[in-house]
Amino acid sequence: MTKKSKAKDMPLGGVIPKGGNAHDYETGGWRKFQPVLDSDKCTSCLICWVMCPDSSIMVEDGKMVGFDMEHCKGCGICAVECPDKIKAITMIDQEESKEGGCE
Amino acid sequence: MADNTASKTKNSALTGNSAMALAMKQIDPDVCAVYPITPSTTVIEEFSSYVADGAVETEFVTVESEHSAMSACIGASAAGGRAMTATSSQGLALMWEMLYIASGMRLPIIMTTVNRALAAPINIHCDHSDSMGARDSGWIQLYSETVQEAYDNLFQAVKIAEDERVLLPVMVCLDGFITSHAIEVLSLITDDEAKDFVGDYTAKHPLLDTDNPASMGALALPDTYMDFKHVQSDAIAASKEVVIEVGKEFGKRFGREYGLIDTYQLEDADVAIVILNSAAGTTRVAIDELRAKGLKVGLLKPRLFRPFPHAEMVEALKGVKAVCVLDRADSFSGFGGPLFNEVRSALYDMEDRPKIMGRIYGLGGKDYTTENAVAIYEALFDVVKTGKIDTLNDYMGS
Ligand code: SF4
Ligand code: SF4
Repeated sequence: MTKKSKAKDMPLGGVIPKGGNAHDYETGGWRKFQPVLDSDKCTSCLICWVMCPDSSIMVEDGKMVGFDMEHCKGCGICAVECPDKIKAITMIDQEESKEGGCE
Repeated sequence: MADNTASKTKNSALTGNSAMALAMKQIDPDVCAVYPITPSTTVIEEFSSYVADGAVETEFVTVESEHSAMSACIGASAAGGRAMTATSSQGLALMWEMLYIASGMRLPIIMTTVNRALAAPINIHCDHSDSMGARDSGWIQLYSETVQEAYDNLFQAVKIAEDERVLLPVMVCLDGFITSHAIEVLSLITDDEAKDFVGDYTAKHPLLDTDNPASMGALALPDTYMDFKHVQSDAIAASKEVVIEVGKEFGKRFGREYGLIDTYQLEDADVAIVILNSAAGTTRVAIDELRAKGLKVGLLKPRLFRPFPHAEMVEALKGVKAVCVLDRADSFSGFGGPLFNEVRSALYDMEDRPKIMGRIYGLGGKDYTTENAVAIYEALFDVVKTGKIDTLNDYMGS
């Protein structure tokens, strides 16, 4: 009748006994809107990289190359912070984007 | 240590609060975060003198509220330190939110709770509504009849809380003014004996261990939350064994052994009173008077209230015909006080269970006298005679 509690194998009191494991927790599923990059416009100023609260701006060799969609929550901060003269990021409805292409 | 060797004990006349302050000094916690409130104030006032005199190493943190006092204790305990505090009444009520966090995070914080009534109306005197209100917060609760017991309980509380089979916070309750401000001769243990008994505390995942970073107080969603609570519930239930072990070890070292419950003249008693804290002492005097007249009356005093010593109660009350449970707090359920309800529920499965009634007494410091106790015993004999309880629950003397 009594199922063995799962928490018996978990750290006491809910402590997370290791650091640097936030990456293991995927927050991409929370997303309603999705950022889309226009790489023709982007100057790789990396303001979005600084401002993204989820470290989801991917940068290679100093160039903005896209988004980490496993962690991007779709808050839209990057789109707002991308300088007015550039505006290289647009937020689109996640569902529409699926209908449009992914499925 | 040799059995039953009384240590180099020193007798001293102290108030309950002075004894608690002294015990805290002898334990020398890493952190003490406090906000004063009557009647627990002098515990902290005297302890702060020890801090000022350099008699302890404790980091003494004066905060802006009891909520902050408990929060700071939680932080200190999570950091890996031994944290202590003291409070009463509204102070305990203000700690509410944090009490559950301390127990849920499995932090062995130690608190002296000097029992006092809750407002409104405002009242500074003794009853147990404060600690009874915290009875479901996941803290282990030890109650103390005398200054000696309160002093002894504090050392044991540290050992119980920090035992790796337990890792839960413990509060030691004593009656406001009645015990906290009354001077009593008690036997003290030495500083070295105290240090040796409580030992050192080594936290498993101290936040200050920067080489092994850990996160505490994380979110647990429906897939895990209930499992954490299940483990916590099993841990507090199992802590009874540790309370017994620690009580025995204390007895072995210092000659005063403690169990989960204490009884007086209960073995052959026909009728019994169940009561917590200082009023048990008054009841003992009434028992002596009635026993002198040949009446078989007895007492059961729970020392441990959380976890509830249900099996021990059943064992102790076997053969008793009628019981009155006296509560110094109301649960406003329209069905008696908390102790009444738990004792009554514990006895439900007994083959030959006694008749049980409940009386609320002593709220807001109202006196509980030997005459009160005698009247209860007389009422219990009536119940035995008639086989009937007229009034299941009532307020006594008002
Ligand atoms: S802020 Fe705009 S321009 Fe700058 S890197 Fe990001 S997307 Fe490119
Ligand atoms: S939408 Fe928000 S989370 Fe996603 S990349 Fe932009 S700033 Fe980061």
